[in-house]
Amino acid sequence: MTRQNKSTMEMVQRGLARRHRREKIFRFLGMAAVTTSILFLLLLFGSIIANGWSAFRQAELSLEVSFDQELLDVDNLRDANYALLIKRSLREFFPQVEKRRDLRHLYKLVSSGAAFELQAMVMADPSLIGTRRLVTLPADDEVDMLLKGYIPRDVPESERRVSDQQIRWIDELVAASRLKLGWNTTFFTAGDSREPELSGIRGAVAGSLFTLLVTLLLSFPIGVAAAVYLEEFAPSNRWTDCIEVNINNLAAVPSIVFGLLGLAVFLNVLGMPRSAPLVGGLVLTLMTLPTIIIASRASLKSVPPSIREAALGIGASRMETISHHVLPLAMPGMLTGTIIGMAQALGETAPLLMIGMVAFIVDVPGGLTDPATVLPVQIYLWADSPERAFVERTSAAIMVLLTFLIMMNGTAVFLRKKFEQRW
Amino acid sequence: MGIDMVLESGNSLIRPGAVESAQEEIRSERVSREQRQTVGTPFVEDARMTCRGVEVFYGNKQAINGVSIDVAKNEVLAMIGPSGCGKSSFLRCLNRMNDTVDICRVRGEILLDGQDIYGRQVDVVPLRAQVGMVFQKPNPFPKSIYDNVAYGAKIHGLVSSKSELDEVVEDALKKAGLWDEVSDRLEQPGTGLSGGQQQRLCIARAVAVRPEVILMDEPCSALDPIATATVEDLITELKQQYTIVIVTHNMQQAARISQRTAYFHLGDLVEVGATDRIFTNPLHQLTEDYITGRFG
Repeated sequence: MTRQNKSTMEMVQRGLARRHRREKIFRFLGMAAVTTSILFLLLLFGSIIANGWSAFRQAELSLEVSFDQELLDVDNLRDANYALLIKRSLREFFPQVEKRRDLRHLYKLVSSGAAFELQAMVMADPSLIGTRRLVTLPADDEVDMLLKGYIPRDVPESERRVSDQQIRWIDELVAASRLKLGWNTTFFTAGDSREPELSGIRGAVAGSLFTLLVTLLLSFPIGVAAAVYLEEFAPSNRWTDCIEVNINNLAAVPSIVFGLLGLAVFLNVLGMPRSAPLVGGLVLTLMTLPTIIIASRASLKSVPPSIREAALGIGASRMETISHHVLPLAMPGMLTGTIIGMAQALGETAPLLMIGMVAFIVDVPGGLTDPATVLPVQIYLWADSPERAFVERTSAAIMVLLTFLIMMNGTAVFLRKKFEQRW
Repeated sequence: MGIDMVLESGNSLIRPGAVESAQEEIRSERVSREQRQTVGTPFVEDARMTCRGVEVFYGNKQAINGVSIDVAKNEVLAMIGPSGCGKSSFLRCLNRMNDTVDICRVRGEILLDGQDIYGRQVDVVPLRAQVGMVFQKPNPFPKSIYDNVAYGAKIHGLVSSKSELDEVVEDALKKAGLWDEVSDRLEQPGTGLSGGQQQRLCIARAVAVRPEVILMDEPCSALDPIATATVEDLITELKQQYTIVIVTHNMQQAARISQRTAYFHLGDLVEVGATDRIFTNPLHQLTEDYITGRFG
């Protein structure tokens, strides 16, 4: 058969199988790609949650403490020997332990922070003095690890940080329901600490919020104003092109460079305080600005010119056209860009290292100039700590950070869906 | 009212009598295709807008070569011509909408009631309040019907109270023949109306500012025949109070609604005249070619 006397239909039919096969292969490859990325994502989330969920529970000891009048001087409650109260209470529970060395090991079951908790309790309520109460106190992180099963009991005593004797005491306490795992409030209410059982993320969360507040308040108005000017007012000449290229380049600059800039300018030249959310916010503003400007310009561009013409055509000034019609239509896109920029800033560590936000800070910051750290830096610090108990805390902090990020991205999606205009 | 003449392209030199009066008698002789001077009656006595030697450039490309024409009071002037002939570009000069195009430059003189609209001191905001515009595609704001119509009056401060604004909106919607259809749903978005209603909403929006001149750039090209008929009736209504310049691709439409017609060809204004005369007895060969469908 020659080409001439074959109908188009026959020719199409001949190639059809091959065309369908190609389409199938492409579809399969696409699905494989999506499946792989979902698997990786699940792996990431799975390992973090598996590692981190146990940090939300914490070993706590219930001890009967008698607040002896002789030890607690009402006029000087701050300096009283609260540790002794705890020691007495432990000795009461384990009267058979007498040797100094054994006693020292026994006292180690309680966190070093327990004494401070008692101090805070008594100072808040001096009427406790002279009474006898069942008080819940944090156990040491090694006890916590043992209870959660992270310290194996079947290895030789020399290879674990909890002695056989301590394990016996722990078991005794557990049997008497004096030692159990409870909800870990400390994790959400405390700042950082050298002791894992006393450490929490509140300081880092507060630091992150202050930093993001500064970033948002600066980068959103500046970014939107810059985008509006460049998109709506700037004459198209070489200068504008140059600025545009530079903004795009700025978006690709490694973030640590912004940190160095912040160190050189904000700290060294302007003399701003080290480790402060104010400076962190300024540095992250520099980093976020290009993202916001680019996203805002894109969303201004996507406003149909017919709307601008409509407003100009009935005599609206340029400013009125932009503020009454173009900006409201571009706003969802701008907000999305801003939130994505903020999410980026929330997860940023490198530039903050340069301006001292990596310091070990115990106090929860109360303002923009207080020394602070942020969530990702806290994660970095904990990941760097040797104690076994910090491993789960690292993962737990990552879970908190991811929750914030997912919430922010969710807000972005919600805003886009809600305010999206169709015409 | 017409003065018959040929106009030298690019300036306002007038040579009366170069082409003899041709309105009544049927002529078999046409001005040849090579001749690009305006024939017919571009000038009128009681002009609202006078344009002399208007040239428009996009970058280095000249889109309009010296167009001179008058727009009379209370007339509908239709501008026809093949695509890319410059009629829309010219229309957009009349309220300086071309200012929004960076690379666009306009030369020549355009007067509105004797005032040069391209003068140094002229602010485009009051100009566009005097010369309103309706676009090819209905482009209501994504706001309520009420807000669409009220917007112009609000920004120009034409009203001092809510009740006055209500009146302006009702009046404009009535003039646009839309009141009966939307009076019970003024708070609904203007973008929810049908295409023809949207275009009438845009006309109402332009009318609400009480302009002197309304420019319409192919206002019916996105509408179905029924909506088109409604808009055409509306234009005929509006003629009583406003001067209307309309660009259209539809020659029947030009014939139905306009008093004068201007034919543009590749950036030249080739012929202007009373609509009846243009469609029955064009002076220029190019005009005849176009209206008889030889090209376009």
